[in-house]
Amino acid sequence: MREGSRKAVGVETIGMTMRFGAFTALGDVSIKVPAGSFHALLGENGAGKSTLVKCMMGFYHPTSGDILVDGREVAVASPRDASALGLGMVYQHFTLVPSLTGAENLVISREKVPGIIDWRKERADLAVFMERMPFKLPLDVKVAELAAGEKQKLEIVKQLYLGRSFLVLDEPTSVLTPGEAQEVLGLVRDMTKAGDLTVLMISHKFHEVTAFADDVSVLRKGKLTGTGRVADLDHKTMAAMMIGDQPIAALDSRATPKPDAETVLKVRSLKAPDRTGLKSISIDDLGVRSGEIVGIAGISGNGQKEFLEVLAGQRPRNAGDVLVRGSAYGATRAEARALNVRLIPEEPLKNACAPKMTVAENISFRTFDVDGNGKPVSWISTSAIRAFSARLVEQFKVKTASLSSPIASLSGGNVQRAVLARELTGEVDLLIVSNPCFGLDFSAVAEIRARIMKARNAGAAVLLLSEDLDELLELSDRIFVMSDGALVYETPIARASVQTIGEHMAGHY
Amino acid sequence: MDATEIGLWGVPLAILGGAIRVSTPFIFVSLGEAITERSGRINLGLEGTLVFGAMTAYAVAVMTNSPWLGLLAAAFAGLCFGLFHGWICKFPKVNDIAIGIALMLFGSGLAFFFGKPFIKPKAPNLPAIPFGGWSDIPQVQAALDVNVLFLIGAALSVVLWWAFRNTRAGLIVRVVGDSSDAARAMGLNPDTVRLLATGVGGALAGIGGAYLSLYYPGSWTERISSGQGLMAVALVIFARWNPLGCFAAALLFGGAGALGPALQSVGVTQGYYLFYAAPYILTLIIMIATSSPTRSLAGAPGELSITK
Repeated sequence: MREGSRKAVGVETIGMTMRFGAFTALGDVSIKVPAGSFHALLGENGAGKSTLVKCMMGFYHPTSGDILVDGREVAVASPRDASALGLGMVYQHFTLVPSLTGAENLVISREKVPGIIDWRKERADLAVFMERMPFKLPLDVKVAELAAGEKQKLEIVKQLYLGRSFLVLDEPTSVLTPGEAQEVLGLVRDMTKAGDLTVLMISHKFHEVTAFADDVSVLRKGKLTGTGRVADLDHKTMAAMMIGDQPIAALDSRATPKPDAETVLKVRSLKAPDRTGLKSISIDDLGVRSGEIVGIAGISGNGQKEFLEVLAGQRPRNAGDVLVRGSAYGATRAEARALNVRLIPEEPLKNACAPKMTVAENISFRTFDVDGNGKPVSWISTSAIRAFSARLVEQFKVKTASLSSPIASLSGGNVQRAVLARELTGEVDLLIVSNPCFGLDFSAVAEIRARIMKARNAGAAVLLLSEDLDELLELSDRIFVMSDGALVYETPIARASVQTIGEHMAGHY
Repeated sequence: MDATEIGLWGVPLAILGGAIRVSTPFIFVSLGEAITERSGRINLGLEGTLVFGAMTAYAVAVMTNSPWLGLLAAAFAGLCFGLFHGWICKFPKVNDIAIGIALMLFGSGLAFFFGKPFIKPKAPNLPAIPFGGWSDIPQVQAALDVNVLFLIGAALSVVLWWAFRNTRAGLIVRVVGDSSDAARAMGLNPDTVRLLATGVGGALAGIGGAYLSLYYPGSWTERISSGQGLMAVALVIFARWNPLGCFAAALLFGGAGALGPALQSVGVTQGYYLFYAAPYILTLIIMIATSSPTRSLAGAPGELSITK
């Protein structure tokens, strides 16, 4: 098995249908992925992409439909069957064990592991195996210490080590920098060209599909809405197949910033420990003026999260000042209220909501204890909370079964809409946002970006921390790059180049 | 004991002897807890398992006149307690810490209930090896009278340290303890692995209990354990889930526990009671010194409910 790359296999599904009760998650989907090809699977969240691949991998048993491997009908009843056929999957969330080294991860994931592991022999075998791999990886380091790109490579290497020759990649570049994404996909692409591997890549990034895939299939609401050679399709056609005819919120055009706009947020020689306690972040000088969006780019884990936590009052700082409109800001509730500071952290369900409390309660977190004039109330009125949140739910189009549903029962996009409703209502002078669109679907992303742009045009100073460079380029007026805990590069949007930003992100300066 | 003969030298000597004598139950309980916690679960019930193990070992030794059968019975009783904990915890929404506290009280209560008739009779002791034979100073001989369980414990900690890296079972326990998702993706059942790890942990705690009643102090009373089972949990955290660290930490705690009696033996008549509290104070100091509000514990298994 570990003789490594068997020749690529082709996989085909015929009339795949998957029903959960009355709900049809997948209806009669037939796609064909020939051996040695790079096939892209496009679709929004909930379009049935993961249902389809889970059927192929044996996690689900389809209601009807067949799977063909190399033209022969096969039964895939469990993930074990799938791996015996050489089918493997690289998940969006890493399945490597963080506290084990790369070598330990590879060896323990094998089906047959000897009771006592002879590391000298295993290491020699691994070295031989790695020589044939296009990726160069340190295998004696704990996985937790690897960069995201290296982890992603190790996931792929693991599948190849296990002898898989058909790989499903589930949004493989969502955690990578543009440079890393290019590199990883390029190497995978070379392996398919050499006929060692067949790839089915789930993605929603059109430029990746165009650059690397041979064929594309598009799913919408469980149905196959289009398939064909990538060369014959443009982005517009693919987008139409993907989202159908639903309206997409358009971005307001940028209002020209006033030249004398006031600097709302000022950060001076800020120092704070990072989560390991070994390194620290230091922000020398950052100003955000009213009516502009300042974007901060960077690879995950370079201190953006810590910086946000300092601004949100979740992390103590060792030195430095955070000033909002010239007065010191310590992120207390009173200060945030007085200075109109609003915060949209990443993973809003975890960081900005009380998941088991109701939608109405979550929407009222900023206002439940004050009356219309900002005076503290002594008695909390549930009817006022309901009326307030009913208005916001309507206004921000939050889809919820009822105002009293727990917010955790909402979809990711609707949780984010609810949080936006809470944070963007009332006067906003400073808005701090982190990865607002992570994992959301097309229409939610468009709408959320439109709301942020609207807030900017209304005169708010916006600080946007994001790992999605496309998002930063679309929204920001100025972009900073954060690397190793410091802001290392600044560029106005007019002169921003992905190339230069990417190099600074990777720390190549 | 007359320590005046060798003067103040008696203190370090007594601490060394005490460290070896007192540390053995710490070694076993903490190694057991390290295995359980490495699999991603905390068993706070080991205090109860320890006491029940002590009672079982003593009772069986009295009845069969063999300390070794007593030891086996204690390990078996501990295994049952561990498996019981692991079995309850596999149900959804069960909190392992709460179950642990319940089992701690249950184990001690059950031990007191069954142990009443065995408070009086005398059981045969586990054997010790006199490493101090070369010296004719009685204090040296006493300090170097090393029980076989101590040696087994020392060997076990090295074996476990090696096994966590070099055996399939060791790697599987670490995988399950660090990421349930990764374990499931590999086709491992985390609940089964944790069940077995908790069972083994319980068995080791039972052996620790057997040492208490069959060697030092060497009789069964209801106050036989002074919280060793609970302190061992703190000790595992201090040792960063490393079996060798557990051994070293157990020696340190044992030595601290021997400080009070040692001072007493050299004729300090006032304030030595304070030093009886040394292990507890040490626990507190270590926990404060090694915790931090801004960073997570290095080396902690990712699935552990206290570090999540």
